[in-house]
Amino acid sequence: MAAHLSYGRVNLNILREAARKELREFLDKCAGSKAIVWDEYLTGPFGLIAQYSLLKEHEVEKMFTLKSGRLPSADVKNIIFFVRPRLELMDIIAENVFSEDKMHSPRDFHILFVPRRSMLCEQRLKEQGVLASFINIDEYILDLIPYDGDLLSMEYESAFRECYLENDQTSLYHTAKGLMTLQALYGTIPQIYGKGECARHVANMMLRMKREFAGSQNQILPVFDTLLLLDRNVDLLTPLATQLTYEGLIDEIYGITNGYVKLPPEKFAQKKQGEASKDLPTEPKKLQLNSAEELYAEIRDKNFNAVGAALSKKAKIISAAFEERHNAKTVGEIKQFVSQLPHMQAARSSLANHTSIAELIKDITTSEAFFDNLTVEQEFMTGVDTDKVNTYIEDCVAQKDPLIKILRLVSMQSVCNNGLKQKVLDYYKREILQTYGYEHILTLNNLEKAGLLKLQSSSRNNYPTIRKTLKLWMEDANEQNPNDISYVYSGYAPLSVRLTQVLARPGWRSIEEVLKMLPGPHFEERQQLPAGLHKKRQQGENRTTLVFFLGGVSYAEIAALRFLSQMEDSGMEYIIATTKLLNGTTWIKSLMDRPESQSS
Amino acid sequence: MMKNKADEEDYWNSSKFKAFTFDDEDDEFSRLKESKRAVNSIRPLVDEDDDEEEVEKVSWSGEPVGSKTPLLFNTYCAVIGWRDYVSDWSPEETVQRMQQGKAVSLEKFRSLQDKLLLLDYAVSAHDGNVITAPLWDLFVFPEVLFRELTDRQTALRHFIHYLTESKDQRLLLELLRYLPLSTPGLPLLQYKEHLGIADENKRRDFLKSCLSLPFSPEDSVHVEDHYTLLERQIIIEATDGHAERGGKQEIFQKFPRKASILNMPLITTLYYCCFYHYTESEGTYSSPLNIRQTFKLSEKQFFVTALAARAKLKAWPDVDALFTSRNWLGFTRKKSPLSFQRVVDVLHKNSAPTQVLQDYVALVDDAELRITLAQKHKCHDIVINTYRDLKDRQQLLGYRAKMARGSAEERKINELLNNSQIRWKN
Repeated sequence: MAAHLSYGRVNLNILREAARKELREFLDKCAGSKAIVWDEYLTGPFGLIAQYSLLKEHEVEKMFTLKSGRLPSADVKNIIFFVRPRLELMDIIAENVFSEDKMHSPRDFHILFVPRRSMLCEQRLKEQGVLASFINIDEYILDLIPYDGDLLSMEYESAFRECYLENDQTSLYHTAKGLMTLQALYGTIPQIYGKGECARHVANMMLRMKREFAGSQNQILPVFDTLLLLDRNVDLLTPLATQLTYEGLIDEIYGITNGYVKLPPEKFAQKKQGEASKDLPTEPKKLQLNSAEELYAEIRDKNFNAVGAALSKKAKIISAAFEERHNAKTVGEIKQFVSQLPHMQAARSSLANHTSIAELIKDITTSEAFFDNLTVEQEFMTGVDTDKVNTYIEDCVAQKDPLIKILRLVSMQSVCNNGLKQKVLDYYKREILQTYGYEHILTLNNLEKAGLLKLQSSSRNNYPTIRKTLKLWMEDANEQNPNDISYVYSGYAPLSVRLTQVLARPGWRSIEEVLKMLPGPHFEERQQLPAGLHKKRQQGENRTTLVFFLGGVSYAEIAALRFLSQMEDSGMEYIIATTKLLNGTTWIKSLMDRPESQSS
Repeated sequence: MMKNKADEEDYWNSSKFKAFTFDDEDDEFSRLKESKRAVNSIRPLVDEDDDEEEVEKVSWSGEPVGSKTPLLFNTYCAVIGWRDYVSDWSPEETVQRMQQGKAVSLEKFRSLQDKLLLLDYAVSAHDGNVITAPLWDLFVFPEVLFRELTDRQTALRHFIHYLTESKDQRLLLELLRYLPLSTPGLPLLQYKEHLGIADENKRRDFLKSCLSLPFSPEDSVHVEDHYTLLERQIIIEATDGHAERGGKQEIFQKFPRKASILNMPLITTLYYCCFYHYTESEGTYSSPLNIRQTFKLSEKQFFVTALAARAKLKAWPDVDALFTSRNWLGFTRKKSPLSFQRVVDVLHKNSAPTQVLQDYVALVDDAELRITLAQKHKCHDIVINTYRDLKDRQQLLGYRAKMARGSAEERKINELLNNSQIRWKN
């Protein structure tokens, strides 16, 4: 089911198994048949932990989506609400419970809060007069969810917004908790590095929590050598740029949620020979994307311009394999061939799917609009004309392109210029408000608070210095056979990953000046290991670093880190964790007030 | 704190929190804290709490298992009922217990100081769930809470967030009223409330009431424009709705209005007015010129919007007039604040016919760009003339191959190729 989680350097299946065990224990607490009422948001993340079969084994017979009104009838002993601790959901639950009482049905109610119980929610239920109806009120601590063999996410959508706009550091508390869980399973991480305010907070909380549990020594041999905590606001630029890896582009264009993507169905229509394509499917095609699929694991992190070649090479291999059947003469050979058929057929359908996806993406990447947008992005990233009003942005506003696109570009210009001149900023703001509506003052204000838009202060623009010192722009990025992380953005090397790379070698001391230009403190902490747990490293054995992106990470950044892990002489393997997998669009959207009111 | 003291005492004394002492001397208070700390330090030895009795087992999250014992409602009540015996936790311990999901009673924190101390500990724990809990408890007396929150920005944000999430509009507005206007971000927070007002007249009045808030100079201009715009939209909507129903004005019959103009952005409103009210004199609210003046729109913005609206109506003379400027000799020439490439783009999007498009394609300065555009929009004459001007025989030959046999274009190319006056470059 989730074998791909255990293929990596660190067996993340242990984490998944632990989460499954917790879930089973809770389900068994509610003896008898049960129905689960789901907060819809949770089904995606839960799907990565447990399939329906697990629930069924524990007498879950029905599943409903949480909505107001009366609960659907189900002949079960228990009704369990799986919900996030949100007040508005409590009101719906209360309504459900009330309408149930009228029917005099003897069903037992339980609530499982994910990831934590909340007194406010319980208080709300009490106010509504239903708290006493619940037999079990429990919490299911699902902080870090394994998404792939080297990737963990909390899928905490509002983490960045809460930290930087609302001054609410609850997500950091959850992060620290999640890291404690991870250490309980994989051993104490001896070295902690960090950059940024939030990183500092998380490290402090971890150290405090460790002191609080001082009684029990962790006796597990450490799997991770280093933890690197990075604030998203240390590198605001990277997520704004359009990702140019295969996976990154899938996410930019179609959006990947909980490891799934929904695609327009036309290209996936099954056409049988001789049959006219009659009914085109209308439902979007849903595909799961992870390293369990061999071909996907191979191409996901490539620059999109290298995907075509990889696909055609694969096609040749597969068709050659099918041709083998002509050489199979003896019964033994035929048997051998047949035994390989399922694998080959899976490979063929995987190839067909990705060829279709690549075609869909290519239609977009070869369009004029995509090219123009990319050109402007690259101009900004290389520091060309970042200090004046950009005509392309102006034209996009005049054409009423999606507001998020405009905000991404303007933010990028501001970040690459270390703030915009008053005149330029005012001009953009006015254009945006007049075209998209004055209520977006709120959104613009949020972007300013987050530092994405800002007024240039008297100090000079330090972005060029940062760019040069960290080599953020590589003129001759090799897309086909990359030799540097800059291939993921066809020239731009993500700042966050550069920091990670430099930390491994030669160390941050070499870039003190640049670190000071970036926001927040940088620091190093050590956690004492009990005697006997110090690793005896084999000659040439790689070290393992857990990089935790506080406030989100993009697929292109993940690709760049995977590239570093694979580099022969890097000596480092990276496991990636984050509060949220994001791209520029979802990120900006999370910072908007009422994003749904934007004109399209 | 002193001004409302009488009221406050009244309140505190009449409430169930009888033991409240509002005027604890500072040093007395700290002494109290000290002794409490001393008492608390011996507490673990005489712990009576039930859920602590379990043998310490450590779950996979590294936490003692006991902390996750399901809390039956009855236990919950019992714990709260026993507050005088059991839950004598210090603020720090209380916060820790809350974070671990254990039962606590906040009612023990009776005095305002106690409550605030608890709040400050909660804030330092960075856990929203825990921060809002004492806040909620403090909310028994808004005035005091609101005042104290002013000095506690983090707690204030959490509380506002809580009120927003719980959709408690009344309390939120009350809170906003109590906060000093200097509170950062407050004016915008109040402005934001307009989004929740569906009735347009009420929304307009609300926006008007926002005008006096201390926004930054730039924001205050925008908020004022927002108000002015909605005020106009209400008037235009009423007038045009009436005209449409009356059936007297042809334009509304020919092009029935698709949606209400209320709450649309300014540029959309301008487009609407360029569509339905183009010729109105500057004196009316719906006149495009008046809108341009009032909202200080740039020439470019006005131009592109008017262009799109008139093109949509296929009012080509109007489109033409937009570009026409006379010089002092009386000759007319076409001028545009927008590149002619963009003009062609806008016209094309509004399905202008080739005859119209070619006038503007011809005005594109750059020859190569002109050819690309002309080919895209099938303005053959322009392509042919440009190749002729460039003296590019090869391209002309190539283009001839693409023309239909016997077409006027083919004949024209043949004539040019046979013209011995032209000195071809190739």
